[in-house]
Amino acid sequence: MSQLSSADTSTETATDDEVVVEVDERRQAVLDELTGRLGDAVVGSHIRPGDDLWVRVTREAWPEAAVAAKAMGYSFFDYLSAIDWLPSPFGRDMDAQEDLVGEPAPAKEPQPIVQGYAGGDTRFQVIGRLYSIQAGMGVHLKVDLPDDDLSVGTWSQTFLGANWHEREAYEMFGITFEGHPNLIKLYLPLDFQGHPLRKDFPLLARRVRPWPGIVDVEPMPGGDDEPEGDGE
Amino acid sequence: MTATSDPAQITELAARAADNRVNLDFETEGMTLNMGPQHPATHGTLRIVARLDGEQVVSAEPIPGYMHRGYEKLTEVRSYPQINTLINRIDWLGSFANEVPFILAAEKLMGVEAPPRAQWIRTILFEMSRIANISLFLGDYGLQLGGMTAGFYAFRDREHVLNQIEAATGGRFHPNFDRIGGLKDDLPKGWIANSHNAMDKLLAFCDEMDDLLIGNEIFQSRTRGIGVIPADVALSYGLSGANIRASGVDWDLRRDACPPGLVYDQADWKVWTHPDGDCFGRTWVRLQETREAALIVKQLLDTIPSGPVMAKVPRIIKVPEGEAYVETENPLGAMGYYIVSKGELVPFRVKIRSASFNNISIVPWVARGAYVPDLISILGSLYFILGDIDR
Repeated sequence: MSQLSSADTSTETATDDEVVVEVDERRQAVLDELTGRLGDAVVGSHIRPGDDLWVRVTREAWPEAAVAAKAMGYSFFDYLSAIDWLPSPFGRDMDAQEDLVGEPAPAKEPQPIVQGYAGGDTRFQVIGRLYSIQAGMGVHLKVDLPDDDLSVGTWSQTFLGANWHEREAYEMFGITFEGHPNLIKLYLPLDFQGHPLRKDFPLLARRVRPWPGIVDVEPMPGGDDEPEGDGE
Repeated sequence: MTATSDPAQITELAARAADNRVNLDFETEGMTLNMGPQHPATHGTLRIVARLDGEQVVSAEPIPGYMHRGYEKLTEVRSYPQINTLINRIDWLGSFANEVPFILAAEKLMGVEAPPRAQWIRTILFEMSRIANISLFLGDYGLQLGGMTAGFYAFRDREHVLNQIEAATGGRFHPNFDRIGGLKDDLPKGWIANSHNAMDKLLAFCDEMDDLLIGNEIFQSRTRGIGVIPADVALSYGLSGANIRASGVDWDLRRDACPPGLVYDQADWKVWTHPDGDCFGRTWVRLQETREAALIVKQLLDTIPSGPVMAKVPRIIKVPEGEAYVETENPLGAMGYYIVSKGELVPFRVKIRSASFNNISIVPWVARGAYVPDLISILGSLYFILGDIDR
């Protein structure tokens, strides 16, 4: 329908350029309605046009945000998890040292924490996604948790499925969900120490066992002095 | 009659008789029944602790974690092509389907789009994975309810589709064929005609299952009205796939929110729903889906465009900074990957949203008040793969 003449094509290119800068009206409307319901509790947002919406709310308004989104038709509970924004303190020094050619790798320099879409102030963020089947869109909700009090209200009263997801976030990140009916470990043994998905939890398998691929870069016996190229 | 004169024994017999009278009034003492971790109905190692009152289940609590492999942690030390190998092992009956949402999310962050031919083949292999996965369910569910023949037929006919997947990708169970920007390789010679034949056999298999399993009176009496899940509860638990469509929710990500990179809009097909929300509905929807998948494959096979199967991507994959979530309609339900990238060789964080995790979290709700034999019907019909729960 559009490729009838060269003139048509050129106008279409022009509109394409406009589409790039255009805001996503549907998602903007959702964001406006959510802001209307929650007021000042919305502290950050990000829209990628035609793709996704991120909304960051205050810690006090987290359970309220789920209720508000559910009332807007976002009644499908997709998932809930957390992100630890601490840059991993482990570099090559945490690899098995026999994998490294030459001297041992120096320890990694600490890096500043940089949060992703919709901003953030703290190391730990809880992220949840709700989906509206009528609208065919989802919304990501985020909340900051201060380091000295890793707790937030539960979603499990609003979305029954949040029960297990919050138990997983509890054991993997050490985040407490206030009001959760049964906040015990889900996957891990009950006496497990530590929170495996935190960035400062070392992946010990990497350190104690040499990487099996290391044999590939050893020079062939009787071959050239120089090992083969990086391989294809 | 062997009468006893021992007073202690008489007292004990009297106590037992009294217990039996209490049992008649269903005021029994509770009992704990442990199912698993090894149980034929669980596709892996899921343990379920059920508290019973007589024949009725008071509460059933699944205990996962016997197979947790820590994929979310491992992704933080693996490059994107290496992760592709890992995530093949999540749902091991339809492995190719696991790769697609991850690759699409990475492509979205990189701004890469696969060439049309790759998109077509990707969709075809995606649907073949669905058939490989769900056809086994149909046989296995029959097996769990006591119909051995269905199991043998399913294994026999699943072989046809596995052979096609193997011919195209080189892997029967773990293809590892999808790449950022396209596919590893083009199709082998003669594959399209062979696939047509295989799909015809699968369509015949679906008809056979319709008669043998769905039409079976014993099967119906063990599944009709058992484990009913209303639509709002299903939404609240995040059930997806055939489980939610059997509760009457007309929602399929392939039709409603197909991510760029898959070409479901190029085929004419239908989303099936069932109003009942019971075990029978879930099985029936899955059977229709298998048939529909075979029809999608047949249509797409006829329209594969020519051209390359790989877009121009750098040899060393570095994904630009950003966050992306892509969810697709996998055989078990909605599966998505939330990728946080910091612009390095490895992702900063990957959250794997697997369908079975949500699908099985409803067990405590749906099993309450069910009878013990129905527990197997319910667990089987929710259809989970342990790798998809534990990740």
